[in-house]
Amino acid sequence: MRIEILQILERDSRLTPAEIGVMLAIPQEEVEAELEQLREENVILGYHTLVDWEKTSREFVTAQIEVKVTPQRDFGFDQIAQRIAQFPEVQSVFLYSGDFDLSVIVEGKTIKDIAAFVSDKLAVMDSVESCKTHFILKKYKQNGFLFEGNEADERPAILL
Amino acid sequence: MMENLLNKRIKSISPSGIRKFFDIANQMENVISLGVGEPDFRTPWHVRAAAVQSIEQKGTSYTANAGLLELRKAISRYLEDRFQLEYNPENQILVTVGASEAVDLALRAIVEEGDEILIPEPTYVSYLPSVVLAGGVAVPVPTYESRSFRLTAEDLEKHITPRTKAIVMCYPNNPTGAVMELSDLKAIGEVLKEHDIFVISDEIYSELVYGITHTSIASLPGMAERTLVINGFSKSFAMTGWRLGYAAGPVELLQAMTKIHQYAIMCAPTMSQYAGLEALENGLSHVKTMVAEYNQRRRVMVDGFRQMGLSCFEPQGAFYVFPRISDLGLSSDEFCTQLLQEERVAVVPGIAFGASGEGFIRCSYAYSLDSIREALRRIDRFVTHRRRVSSNAAN
Ligand SMILES: Cc1ncc(COP(=O)(O)O)c(C=O)c1O
Repeated sequence: MRIEILQILERDSRLTPAEIGVMLAIPQEEVEAELEQLREENVILGYHTLVDWEKTSREFVTAQIEVKVTPQRDFGFDQIAQRIAQFPEVQSVFLYSGDFDLSVIVEGKTIKDIAAFVSDKLAVMDSVESCKTHFILKKYKQNGFLFEGNEADERPAILL
Repeated sequence: MMENLLNKRIKSISPSGIRKFFDIANQMENVISLGVGEPDFRTPWHVRAAAVQSIEQKGTSYTANAGLLELRKAISRYLEDRFQLEYNPENQILVTVGASEAVDLALRAIVEEGDEILIPEPTYVSYLPSVVLAGGVAVPVPTYESRSFRLTAEDLEKHITPRTKAIVMCYPNNPTGAVMELSDLKAIGEVLKEHDIFVISDEIYSELVYGITHTSIASLPGMAERTLVINGFSKSFAMTGWRLGYAAGPVELLQAMTKIHQYAIMCAPTMSQYAGLEALENGLSHVKTMVAEYNQRRRVMVDGFRQMGLSCFEPQGAFYVFPRISDLGLSSDEFCTQLLQEERVAVVPGIAFGASGEGFIRCSYAYSLDSIREALRRIDRFVTHRRRVSSNAAN
């Protein structure tokens, strides 16, 4: 039931406990109790809206930075990753297997902002060995939602 | 000229009385619709990719009349795995242009002038004209909300005459969403055996069931030899436009149907057949995902209509709910026409599915939850308004 509630909310966080209850055929109170529990356990970290910023007047750039680091005794990658995550311009930090260690997604107003972040803040940190910066040019799909190609329903109104 | 050209059978099929409503609904702009009997999901991507690959790398010519043997083998395995049905892919399975073609072929192969064919009602709209075109007489057998729209042995028996040759059964049902469970089917099977009646079983919605497993009447002892199972890809795999279905049954009937199919059609589209093969081999997990989603929408719909104070039978199959609107003092046609005009919501009048559908409306949940919720809000407003108008009139 937990998983089903989370899957429903992950797709549409606006739904109320009553609505979720109907969808899963369980009482509203049970959904409320479960949600409470999920927030307490920090399973649910927040609710957010997926925005296609391209369609707005807000100008900004996003970059994905592949970071190689030297793991630290006793802490592995956790300490450095958590330190990087503290910067407000950092959107996400993930640990990867493979050619690099951390993927850091950064937002800035201009390319210059991001260059400054990399050279002044990220590259100079202890145990950061190298940074490779990739700018995101266009988004096609995020969190399961397509940015384009969501064709209108072309079915007729009535079809038996 | 045309007066003499057309045969009496086609002329005897009158256009639906609610044609006008359909025309208005389909021409109106900005309509929120719950009126379509077709999945809103797209065909799973890997199935589409397999079709493209087949166009690039495999045959683009006719297949065997009965369909690709590989596909028939996959269908045979699928029917056995899912519904415990055993059919020889060599001579008991025919791949058709949708379940629609299979229904037509079966009736043309079976019906002689004047034969009576039983059709439980409310019913999918194509059976009756197909019976008439084949020269038969369609005999509706009403089913009732009070019995969850299941066909009962008692009601069945009342409509059997010495001329009754076959019955067209459709469970899970369009338009009611009713299903038949094992015990229901057993009782029906006994009556059919006793009167030597053949079954055309349209099981196109067999994958779309909620909280139960689908039982095919052909899986009951002694029924396989008197049943034609019809199924397809349109609903289960969201493949309506591919035009792919199949029939499985007794060898002699399949031979006869293949004969008609061979002359009228040649074979189902080759690329669709390759897509169907991919769907059966690797697509069942997508079916599960779609069913889980339909189930949530189904609950939202039933709850929505009950919140409005309408009687709404809980369907366990297909993607329709069939709430009763008769106590609002409108015919189903009037209800739907006014709902369309006042709230721009399109649903289907129950009368479209036969006389026993009167007093009900068919609402499909093959729509996004957002559309469903908006439609329910508008229907609720309409129903509330109607109730106020009629109680004022009564005072
Ligand atoms: C009960 C029933 N049978 C058959 C069909 C047609 O299926 P196909 O697309 O396989 O021809 C439909 C489509 O709405 C249906 O509801």
